[in-house]
Amino acid sequence: MSLSTTDVKRIAHLARIAVSEAEAEQTLQKLSGILGLIEQMQAVDTTGIAPMSHSQDVTQRLRTDVVTESNQRELLQSIAPAVENGLYLVPKVIE
Amino acid sequence: MINKSLKQLAAMLASKDISSVELTQEYLNRIDRYNPEINAYIALDQEKTLAQATAADQMLAQGKASALTGIPIAQKDIFCAKGWQTTCGSKMLENFIAPYDAGVIERFNAVGSVNLGKTNMDEFAMGSSNETSYYGKVQNPWDRSRVPGGSSGGSAAAVAARLCAAATGTDTGGSIRQPASLCGLSGLKPTYGLASRYGMIAFASSLDQAGPMAKSCEDMALMMNVMTGFDERDSTSLNREKEDYARDLGKPLAGLRVGLPKEYFAEGLEAGVAKVIEAAIDEYRQLGAEIVDISLPNTMLSIPVYYVLAPAEASSNLSRYDGVRFGHRAAEYDDLMEMYCKSRAEGFGAEVKRRILIGTYVLSAGYYDAYYLKAQQIRRLIAQDFERAFEQCDIILGPTAPSTAFKAGEKADDPVAMYLQDIYTIAVNLAGLPGMSIPAGFAPADDGKELPVGLQIIGNYFDEARMLNAGHAYQQVTDWHTRMPEGVTS
Repeated sequence: MSLSTTDVKRIAHLARIAVSEAEAEQTLQKLSGILGLIEQMQAVDTTGIAPMSHSQDVTQRLRTDVVTESNQRELLQSIAPAVENGLYLVPKVIE
Repeated sequence: MINKSLKQLAAMLASKDISSVELTQEYLNRIDRYNPEINAYIALDQEKTLAQATAADQMLAQGKASALTGIPIAQKDIFCAKGWQTTCGSKMLENFIAPYDAGVIERFNAVGSVNLGKTNMDEFAMGSSNETSYYGKVQNPWDRSRVPGGSSGGSAAAVAARLCAAATGTDTGGSIRQPASLCGLSGLKPTYGLASRYGMIAFASSLDQAGPMAKSCEDMALMMNVMTGFDERDSTSLNREKEDYARDLGKPLAGLRVGLPKEYFAEGLEAGVAKVIEAAIDEYRQLGAEIVDISLPNTMLSIPVYYVLAPAEASSNLSRYDGVRFGHRAAEYDDLMEMYCKSRAEGFGAEVKRRILIGTYVLSAGYYDAYYLKAQQIRRLIAQDFERAFEQCDIILGPTAPSTAFKAGEKADDPVAMYLQDIYTIAVNLAGLPGMSIPAGFAPADDGKELPVGLQIIGNYFDEARMLNAGHAYQQVTDWHTRMPEGVTS
């Protein structure tokens, strides 16, 4: 499979990363090299092999449904880029 | 002083030969002197550090001390430490002051260890040379023109230059072991699930694991005793009984079956490195180990599998950096979409963006089966290689990295060449096994410079005590681990 700069721009948009025309060109070369490396996988027959996500075959633990966090709004919002009256500020999204 | 073991330092603290404040000040002075060039630390806070040392001295005076009380430790900047700038090597988190402690940091705090500072690293732990850090490259103390390895390059350089008593690192594809190899120290990646990932900034969650970087296996055993343990806030943390990783240090190695995977000695391994590893294997033979030839046939596939799984998980993990609740936000934007796209374009470096894009691509509609699922299936084949190997042997020996430290800039522009640095380490992460690197000697670079070589020891699940036993026995009959680079000993 080979990528085009249009693909790169589409993927970058999905990833919410702005790329200029020149960056898309450069990125295309690097990504194609990496995808070439990944392509080696396709030669392997994996029919019937169960995918592995954790070595220990563990299951998700459940915890009791109780409040464990305390209210630390001021501390947590002290590191935010923009807040007002205890709310996070973002550009207007609803007309 | 600077070459003393953690046990020796603890004895000096216990007998009041030195206080934790004095010991900590000694390291802070060394950092003042050597760090401006080496750049191993990217955040220092003398006030906080010395306050911890003062508190440790009180614990010592009250008889509440344990093995690491009052010991100054360097913390990789991937761990959130309350009130400390925690950047993960990224511009994205330049203004991030951690509002809480990571599980690993809590454990060090609970026993009264001293946080000396936060160490430099590849951005979001993505790199094998520490060159992707937003805060500048780190010099390898053995040759300042060379890289320390990565991503835990700052921790490795800090231990090698004796700018801390010991350090922490994290390892997703070799990020503890490869820098340990390139900087001539000991580093251990535990079995996946032993050390808490809570508050450890996520890169690839199914692979990330924290571990110690120190001067010897004995020191690492003491670090492991503090660092590991169940944490309910980490959903993949394993609930196991607490163990003493130093318990088998003194055991003889007679009868230990040592496997040598032929794939780790094939094309791609530098001749000088191979020679050092062969000499180390001879040493094990003399210690009474039985050498067994084994095969890990899917080794070569570990790189393509890793470069699907790790970027896929990274693209998901790093989607949290949206410029809303914390992290970098662009100065100008017209709408929400532009705010996201510009903030992320400005906040992330080139390698991080590449990996997010690869991950986004392999997870995008229509490609899941061909990439992510396929990679997870081959991941099982790689784990099964080890399962079969451990029927024939107790531990596996081989090189940690195919070469010694390379020059800064040498591979910076070629991601694929950089990725091959991790050919012997990645499979261990994919299988979730423990792996470590210990100094095994020196090999000459093309310019004749003698550079450290690391011997990798891979163990079966939860076999860290046996690996440390094997490493310690070697360190009792060799002195590679006590060697220090020139220019930092005064």
